[in-house]
Amino acid sequence: MKALMFGWEFPPHILGGLGTASFGLTKGMAENGDIDITFVIPKPQGDEPKDFARIIGANSTPVAWRDVTWDHVQSRIGHVMDPQLYFNLRDHIYADFNYIGVNDLGCIEFSGRYPDNLLEEINNYSIVAGVIARTVDFDVIHSHDWLTYPAGIHAKQVTGKPFVIHVHATDFDRSRGNVNPTVFSIEKDGMNHADHIITVSNLTRRTVIEKYGIHPDKVTTVHNAVEPLSDELLNVEIPPGKHNKVVTFLGRITMQKGPEYFVEAAAQVLQKVDNVQFVMAGGGDMMEKMIRLAARRHIADRFHFAGFLRGKEVYELLKASDVYIMPSVSEPFGISPLEAMQMGTPSIISKQSGCAEILDNVIKVDYWDINAMADAIYSIITYPAMYRELRENGLKEVDGIRWKKAGAKVIDIYRNLIH
Amino acid sequence: MKAICFYFQIHQPFRLKNYRFFDIGNDHYYYDDFANDDIITRIAHRSYLPACETLMEMIREYGKKFKVAFSISGTALEQLEQYVPEFIDAMKELTDTGCVEMLSETYAHSLASLQNPEEFSRQVKAHDAKIEQLFGLKPKVFRNTELIYDDDIASMVYAMGFKGAITDGARHILGWKSPNYVYSSASAPKLKLLLKNDKMSDDIAFRFSNTDWASYPLTADKFIDWINQLPQEEQIVNLFMNFETLGELQPRESGIFEFMKALPRFAAEHDIQFWTPSETIKALKPVGELAVPYPMSWADEARDTSAWLGNVLQQEAVEKLYSIAERVHMCQDKRILQDWNYLQASDHFFYMSTKHSSDGNVHSHYSPYASPYTAFTNYMNVLSDFMTRVEQQFPTDIDNEELNALLLTINNQEAEISQLKREVEMMRNNITKDLTGDFIPDEDVKSEQHEEEKKEPQKKTAKKAASKKATTTPKKKVAKE
Repeated sequence: MKALMFGWEFPPHILGGLGTASFGLTKGMAENGDIDITFVIPKPQGDEPKDFARIIGANSTPVAWRDVTWDHVQSRIGHVMDPQLYFNLRDHIYADFNYIGVNDLGCIEFSGRYPDNLLEEINNYSIVAGVIARTVDFDVIHSHDWLTYPAGIHAKQVTGKPFVIHVHATDFDRSRGNVNPTVFSIEKDGMNHADHIITVSNLTRRTVIEKYGIHPDKVTTVHNAVEPLSDELLNVEIPPGKHNKVVTFLGRITMQKGPEYFVEAAAQVLQKVDNVQFVMAGGGDMMEKMIRLAARRHIADRFHFAGFLRGKEVYELLKASDVYIMPSVSEPFGISPLEAMQMGTPSIISKQSGCAEILDNVIKVDYWDINAMADAIYSIITYPAMYRELRENGLKEVDGIRWKKAGAKVIDIYRNLIH
Repeated sequence: MKAICFYFQIHQPFRLKNYRFFDIGNDHYYYDDFANDDIITRIAHRSYLPACETLMEMIREYGKKFKVAFSISGTALEQLEQYVPEFIDAMKELTDTGCVEMLSETYAHSLASLQNPEEFSRQVKAHDAKIEQLFGLKPKVFRNTELIYDDDIASMVYAMGFKGAITDGARHILGWKSPNYVYSSASAPKLKLLLKNDKMSDDIAFRFSNTDWASYPLTADKFIDWINQLPQEEQIVNLFMNFETLGELQPRESGIFEFMKALPRFAAEHDIQFWTPSETIKALKPVGELAVPYPMSWADEARDTSAWLGNVLQQEAVEKLYSIAERVHMCQDKRILQDWNYLQASDHFFYMSTKHSSDGNVHSHYSPYASPYTAFTNYMNVLSDFMTRVEQQFPTDIDNEELNALLLTINNQEAEISQLKREVEMMRNNITKDLTGDFIPDEDVKSEQHEEEKKEPQKKTAKKAASKKATTTPKKKVAKE
């Protein structure tokens, strides 16, 4: 079976959970065998893993005919793509897109991030998708998140192949209800065109059914999973000089993630205990507000903002932490608590997180219930048995949550659509 | 000839309220009064009261031919006295017929038998005193919390003067043996054991209204016939269950009350009698010894103590609780002693179980908490406060032995005071008789003295007591007056 996937991020260059999830799922599907995946991303860097998916960069797919030599193509994009594929794609250009502004290879430039002209980039991505869909052979189309829905729709219209969309988040999660009408209409359009919708949690499934008016039969939940961590990451060194208990928040400091509830809970705990430090790692539009809030609660000496962490730093912090907390107001899934559990760090998550549906050995609280949150933090840092039990059971539990199972479910969905 | 031995358990714990870490050191009231009232009142009206009425009717109809046994934990009795006093009256009416036996157990439905022998015997005595006070009966047969039993417990129980004990017919202990005999304990051969017939007890308690069960519907006729079919030598069928089986687990509309009422009639047809545990022990000789090196119980699939001590959380909580047992035993403060009882209820630890699948469902069904972790957090917060209160009573820098010696002095002092007082009284009477013959003792002086004495033990912290050892004796005081 052959699948054409459209995504926006792919490790190692990731901006959020979307890249991790797309990668994990692709790998999990490949582990089930008998599947051939072509994965389209806007701007590959060449160091993406290629063992289980063929990666095509939208920025190296020609949309306007240029007479170039093999050597030229090889020197320009040889590190991300086989030049032969470039020429195959060039044979399938279906209209003249010179007016958009293309480079010497006839390709559109992509940022691969979330720029201000995001809508334009989404549109360009969909133009590119038309060329790829005409070139590549596949049985099913799979779009990851709203940015790539238009591309998937285009591919479906060109080929008539079944179209699956994967909802990693909806705008209702990102905006606490104040949806952006443009984003909503793109999402809704994708859902209407899709032959099947995969959501990452039952929470998201309900949103899709209730807020977007989609028939429940068309929507299936496939929970995310985690990759087992490499030994290198599991054995990272904890930075020396740790004397206190550490409670960590890790993620974008935005409305969706509920950072203010973490600060309030920290203020409560610090009234009673003093050998504890709170860390908020990440960046976002609410960061300054949170710094002011911590100051107003007079806990700034114990509440630290670590900024945006990369790669190994994340795991160092997780390992050094005694508690990981994710008080998200609305979290479609939330992979980070699973990663914390892999590092042996007990987690507190909000009941409004999708991962709460599959996790037992974590503490679940309502995101607004700062009392319960503070109680849970206090308990884990005060009672050693609590820490040990959560840590050990958590390690065991998260070990059983594998992408391979999720991949098998997705393949099943494909099968039902094809036959 | 065969017999059925019915035994019902009644227990309710004092559930804890949501106790935050801020409350530690500030709030010394731990209980969720609303939930406790609500739950016991609901169960009493759905189950305990109508079931008592049913049993009463049966006893009226069949006279001495129908008999049952009960064990009611001290905490349940306290709640019933407070919230459903009519139940105590109904139970008194039952016990007055002479057809009901009361069994002994730990006051708090605790795990003391596994943790602290001294506390265990204290609780058993407290429980039996409570039963005697309420119903005028002296328990002769012992049943431990959730039928927990092993050889060590058997020795302790026998040493306390019980002739029989009730426990589970766990398959890993019995093996090929049948529970339908009386056994004796391997560690205390004179202690006779009655074993629960798991299959037949659960037929009533869990399968009675299950329409998927092959033997549904279970009728009294059928049930008695099963008992009748048992081999001749198997003379006793022990049906042990929770009392809320009647009316709560098996609701009234399942016909459970009618089933019970019909039992004696069919039993009589086959010459099957109803015996209390005491009668059974008297009537039947043990057929063999039962060695139980590791504790067993009637809970969960494993039938061991893993329901309460299975994970790190539970072990930690229990260990912390009993680490202060010795200190608490020296306390006089009534509220501390009361909380000490309530905090020992095995239910608190049951809620902390992290078992999954079918066992997990049972645990979460009874638990007032959303997760075992919340249960642990809440309990430990309460326990932290309780431990500080106990510490406040006696400074921690005095070790237990020293403290014990001081307390002994104080206690003896009291005895000594009353002894001396009596002497003074006697002598004074003698003197007055000698002098006038019609002396009226000075009331004021007497009552004042009394008050002073009452206050004394409370005022004195242990340290002060040591220095105050040589306080003026009452003799001098009287002399001054």
